[in-house]
Amino acid sequence: MKRLLKGGRVIDPVNGIDGMHDVLLDGDRIAAVGKDLPVDGATVVAVPAGMIVCPGFIDMHVHLREPGQEHKETVATGTASAVAGGFTAVACMPNTSPVNDNANVTGYILAKAAEAGLARVYPIGAVSRGSKGDLLADIAELRQAGCVAITDDGHPVATAMLLRRAMEYAGMFGMLVIEHCEDPSLKADGVAHEGFHAARLGLRGMPGACEALGVERGVLLSELTGSAFHVAHMSARTSLRAVRKGKDAGIRVTCEVAPHHFTLTDESLGSPIPYDTNTKMNPPLREAADRDAMIAGIVDGSVDVIATDHAPHHADEKHVEFDRAPFGIVGLETAVSLTLDRLVHSGLITLPRMVQLLSANPARLLGVPGGSLSVGQPADITVIAPDLRVRVAARELRSKSKNTPFDGWELRGGVAATIVGGRPVFENPDAAIAFG
Amino acid sequence: MSSSVSAAASERVAATLLRSRHLLGIEDLSPEEIILILDTAEAMKEIGSRSIKKVPALRGKTVVNLFFEPSTRTRTSFEIAEKRLSADTLSIAIASSSVVKGETLADTVLNLEAMHPDMIVLRHASSGACHLLSRICRSAIINAGDGMHEHPTQALLDAFTIREHKSRLAGLKVAIVGDLLHSRVLRSNVQLLTKMGAEVWVCGPPTLIPTEITRFGVRATSDVNQAVADADVVMLLRIQLERMEGAFFPSLREYFNVFGMTDARLKHAKPDVLIMHPGPMNRGVEIASEVADGPFSVILEQVSNGVAVRMAVLYLLAGGVEHETAA
Repeated sequence: MKRLLKGGRVIDPVNGIDGMHDVLLDGDRIAAVGKDLPVDGATVVAVPAGMIVCPGFIDMHVHLREPGQEHKETVATGTASAVAGGFTAVACMPNTSPVNDNANVTGYILAKAAEAGLARVYPIGAVSRGSKGDLLADIAELRQAGCVAITDDGHPVATAMLLRRAMEYAGMFGMLVIEHCEDPSLKADGVAHEGFHAARLGLRGMPGACEALGVERGVLLSELTGSAFHVAHMSARTSLRAVRKGKDAGIRVTCEVAPHHFTLTDESLGSPIPYDTNTKMNPPLREAADRDAMIAGIVDGSVDVIATDHAPHHADEKHVEFDRAPFGIVGLETAVSLTLDRLVHSGLITLPRMVQLLSANPARLLGVPGGSLSVGQPADITVIAPDLRVRVAARELRSKSKNTPFDGWELRGGVAATIVGGRPVFENPDAAIAFG
Repeated sequence: MSSSVSAAASERVAATLLRSRHLLGIEDLSPEEIILILDTAEAMKEIGSRSIKKVPALRGKTVVNLFFEPSTRTRTSFEIAEKRLSADTLSIAIASSSVVKGETLADTVLNLEAMHPDMIVLRHASSGACHLLSRICRSAIINAGDGMHEHPTQALLDAFTIREHKSRLAGLKVAIVGDLLHSRVLRSNVQLLTKMGAEVWVCGPPTLIPTEITRFGVRATSDVNQAVADADVVMLLRIQLERMEGAFFPSLREYFNVFGMTDARLKHAKPDVLIMHPGPMNRGVEIASEVADGPFSVILEQVSNGVAVRMAVLYLLAGGVEHETAA
């Protein structure tokens, strides 16, 4: 089946395209991008004026919780959440139960993803067996089974030696090592950013230096091994400084920032709801100077990717004392609106830059298809409605979990439609497009 | 109400109530509300000096003291306060450890609530536990100490004791010395004293001073002589042996040598300085016995006043409940 998307502004930074173009999808591939393409038997999809056609967004940091924690999320509900949030693909973290440290678990996740038939799922394998930090996982086996990167996310790789070996070994396949950067001894039993607000509320703190130490370690090992190193969910200004220093020195370091870290600060710990466990995540919401640094890094190009760290938790697990609640919030369905509202409409970044951060760069770093509208690429498309008025309603999220601090927020900009492999998998009733 | 409480306190109390139906922390109280509580406590203290120490103010009210941390002083103080006000009262002590794998805090309290208490006095190891309950409970929640966050009735009884001796709070220099980082007493006292216009100095090793403490409007130092110099009040906070494991300080002996309050150090303070300690004291660690038992110590007065202040809080919050129900 052929579909011709007509009438939208097409933004494809990889191919330097930004203008009123048509996009022709032939089956599950991109067939052509150009002005006034002939209909030639294709179903015409009229993209309403003001909407923007982009290569599908890719979230390179999500927790789908399956296998083992299906009460929080499943591959089916997580990918439903992804496409509702404009993501045509997600890379899922290996801290499931059991840990994704072998081909069986990888295969299980991929089978569940195929069954759901929504977003593409790229599993990320564990660095070490059981993510326990002792022995390397079977990385070649993981790669063959479909893993696109490795990490012990949830916590850092246990030792510098193991991280070094993982980088050397994965480098053999050009596989990215993604690191949850943190010095565990400095984090200790911290539950919030160490700053005035944690001090005021009597919450045990973890300073930004705790993350930056992990970043510094990874940058040095990347230099030592020559392998690529990717900083997950960066939050501290001192981490950004280490990344910039590494990049300036030609070291292969990249980083991602989550929407909550460019939107919120630790002030949210106390207001509007004191001790709201939906403001508890790791790394934590940091002080304004850190939040502002994350924005500056996104603006100047030091930050490569926006990724959500989508971390669903059941309401029961979050309905407890702050220090007993698990870390993490859901993010898939609010990321695009937050990026548009906070970064694009405020004039900090352009739409093409947004597409780089959400599509082109994660595709390139993971070495997965997509990220552009080049002919022959998968027909994965995100259509955004940049001026759509969005009101976040936690209860209405597609994710099985509703743990968001953004409930009730009104944001400018949202997702109109999500197309995966030529098939519309999400259509926003508030920004209707007739797919025919 | 025809009780002697209202007779004694009505002129000052009747006109105003606490805005919140809970007491979660000093943070939520205005200076006027603090004065209201302290004034009410004066009337309550008089009751404690009678031969029949009981008034019917809370007759028919049920108060649950729910303590998830061991406490002798605070729990006893609340219990006596409740009994003197004729409340029906029961105390439940639950070891926090047994809760980890069992029922959640919310479920425990909702079960208690199903039996229709009017107030719950909560002591819990987690900061913010009272805020959590205040969002789901019908009862008035009184914070009897939540984690490292606040211990508002302690700060109120401290203020009451200071005011009895100095007849004011504004303009006094108060030095608070000890483990500031882990102390809910510190957080409540700092907020209360700064709201009332006192000049507050906090002192301890840098490892035990909370981040950006000066944003509370206090001055911080690790020089105990500077903190104590010309102080009207010196308040010591408990140093726990377990903190050595966190490398907050090397040894109790060294702590005492550098920060322990001795007669020699007190020479820098005002001649009529008050020595206070919220208890339990570690003699020979944060305070020398010569100071704890010395002429300037009001440590046991603090305990006595605790009952009166807690009576005032219970009384005012009960009025608040009635007010809200009537409205």
